[in-house]
Amino acid sequence: MGSMLDLPLIWAGLIAFAVFAYVVLDGFDLGIGILFPFYPPGKARDTLMNSVAPVWDGNETWLVLGGGGLFAAFPLAYAILMPALYAPVIGMLLSLVFRGTAFEFRWRTNRGRWAWDVAFSAGSAMAALCQGIILGAILQGVPVEGRAYAGGWWDWLTPFSLLTGVSVVAGYALLGATWLVMKTEAGLQDRAYQMAWRAGAITLVAIVAVSGATPFLDGHYWERWFTFPSILATAQVPLVVAILTAALVWTLKARKERWPFLLTLAIYALCFMGLGISIFPDIVPGRVSIWEAASPPASQGFMLIGAGILIPIILTYTAYGYWVFRGKVHEAGYH
Amino acid sequence: MDPLILARAQFGFTVAVHIIFPVFSIGLASYLAVLETLWLKTGRDVYLQLFKYWLKIFATGFAAGVVSGLVMSYQFGTNWSVFSDKAGPVIGPLMAYEVMSAFFLEAGFLGVMLFGLERVGKRLHYMATLAVAVGTFISAFWILSANSWMQTPQGYGLNEVGQFVPLDWVAVIFNPSFPYRLVHMVLAAYLTTALAVGAVGGFHLLRDRANPASRIMFSMAMGMIAVVAPLQIFAGDAHGLNTLEHQPTKVLAMEGDFDAHPDGAPLILFGWPNMDEARVDYAIEIPKLSSLILKHDPNGALPGLKDFPRADWPVVPVVFWSFRAMVGLGFAMLALALAALWARIRGRLYDSPWLHRAAMVMGPAGFAAVVCGWVTTEVGRQPYTIYGLLRTEHSASPLASPALAVSLAAFAIVYFSVFSAGVFYMLRLMGHAPHPGESGPEVLGPVRTASQTPITEEVPHHG
Repeated sequence: MGSMLDLPLIWAGLIAFAVFAYVVLDGFDLGIGILFPFYPPGKARDTLMNSVAPVWDGNETWLVLGGGGLFAAFPLAYAILMPALYAPVIGMLLSLVFRGTAFEFRWRTNRGRWAWDVAFSAGSAMAALCQGIILGAILQGVPVEGRAYAGGWWDWLTPFSLLTGVSVVAGYALLGATWLVMKTEAGLQDRAYQMAWRAGAITLVAIVAVSGATPFLDGHYWERWFTFPSILATAQVPLVVAILTAALVWTLKARKERWPFLLTLAIYALCFMGLGISIFPDIVPGRVSIWEAASPPASQGFMLIGAGILIPIILTYTAYGYWVFRGKVHEAGYH
Repeated sequence: MDPLILARAQFGFTVAVHIIFPVFSIGLASYLAVLETLWLKTGRDVYLQLFKYWLKIFATGFAAGVVSGLVMSYQFGTNWSVFSDKAGPVIGPLMAYEVMSAFFLEAGFLGVMLFGLERVGKRLHYMATLAVAVGTFISAFWILSANSWMQTPQGYGLNEVGQFVPLDWVAVIFNPSFPYRLVHMVLAAYLTTALAVGAVGGFHLLRDRANPASRIMFSMAMGMIAVVAPLQIFAGDAHGLNTLEHQPTKVLAMEGDFDAHPDGAPLILFGWPNMDEARVDYAIEIPKLSSLILKHDPNGALPGLKDFPRADWPVVPVVFWSFRAMVGLGFAMLALALAALWARIRGRLYDSPWLHRAAMVMGPAGFAAVVCGWVTTEVGRQPYTIYGLLRTEHSASPLASPALAVSLAAFAIVYFSVFSAGVFYMLRLMGHAPHPGESGPEVLGPVRTASQTPITEEVPHHG
């Protein structure tokens, strides 16, 4: 099997897909948590939460697949990156504990609901920040010795990783705002448009800043992006991002309800491709390639059979779940 | 402080808190499927009422299980990176299969199960309930296979960089302890849930013995325990024999057998295992019984821990006592089942306050027994992560103590505050008597009723 298929390449693609699915799906529901404080307590917040309550658990499962898939398909990368990212990973997990339980717990109390509202929004914002920091820390590189992480437990903290952290918070807020534009009506929708403008502006600045800073990090990012002839291909990425951004601005102005969300997804896809161009074919940038980190063909092949059968099924019933709960969500619930 | 101890404390604490929730989810998902089946079959409103009653409790516990489980999937890497690198090729795919075949199924259909009755109709909603129940079972299948492989590894080879690599997946998945552990754990989930349901039923029967919903849940729970408790004792015994064959040091620690007994080992009922002196102090023992249980022959020869290198012993007192606690709780469950059976035969199942009180006392017993059982098997596997092959001290991440101390403290604070609140909310839901017109997905459409009429301190009790 190994001779016919490049299994590590396929698994890198599958894990990239899982991470992307996670980022956009949990991105919009984390975004709603980030926007929570900008909506008054009570019915408005109930509506926000109801718009994602039936789907958040499925969205978060992509994160388990990303982590579990990395463990299974690239155990060396998992073993190096997790200790390197110890504090932000633990911070993300604890934040997700707060915000995940808030989905159920806030309905179980009136007296304490404000506390779960705080848990939901702070948990969402912190989880997003930690995820952004994780991204930055991976991009800036981690020291490796032998088969293990060789740095300290604060190495992840740099101005660059903080920049990527804030960027992801803004980006998720934009996803959440455009989701709400699509799912809500009247006053709530007006608010969502307003939030989309603000979050969009910050996100755009953030994309430019991160893209500008990345080539100056250690590693081969500069050659990747700016040497001829590859620049002919790589230059298309920022170009398309610019076009999509213009379209996003126009659809927000024209109040095209669904388009802002779809265009934001497209911008995410482009940014994700940009990250791929920067990193590929490494999985620990500058240190370990996907082939070096790969588990043996017996492991990856065995999993590929399951993935080939199960992932299409998962996508089908996930789509079904979204379809069941399609349409606007109303102030007092769906009914 | 020793980083290894901190890493173990953190993993042990987070997994012990986590296991409480999936155990309840596995059992409750099946119970909800049974209730919905009965409702669709008989059309009796009381089953729908019970379904909605337990659905709210299920949803609350499920959320706690999801987030505490997410933590586990990353903690292998954060705290046990060397183990992850070495065992990833074998353990990782089992977990990946768990995610792909179980987690998505549960998560994907949970939304429909909780909010979708009106949107999709009875038939599809029933399918969603079944999908969630099957998902919890598939999840148990894979995670117990992975754990069992760490207890009784087979079907692997070693590659040039020191990783365990799979040679035969069937041998890996169906490793020697897996069938026993799977049966033991799934029965434990059913037993635990039946005890919790029985306690809630008993509580409400004490207040109102005419409430039909309380009567049904109490009767179902006591019936379930009567079937499962004896099966569980039988399954546990078989699991013990399997462990003796593959992990002798664990069983010897459970039994407190330091010395070899070539002609019949006594059963030590109680005592204090003294590891320094390699003997059990203050032992109360029954001659030959241990050999009778483990060898089915009173004069069967049993080895002792002294036959194994001292460095390979687990911490004997922990294993010895957690095992006794589990077995003691198991027999108490059997006693409850027999008492309920006796009351049922005499036609007094709903009119025996002493029985309802006993059921309430036994409500948490399943959870306690599950935690004790896991402590027995996991501490009993020490000093190895992969039994006989990879020592715990050679499995940990290269992390300094301060990082681990901070994260352990953070986990302790967050888990105690968040999950105590969750348990409190679940208990409060259980404190309300089931009643006709129970709030739930159907009445107000797909969004939980709670958004309008939350079950809270402000809502008057209308049992």
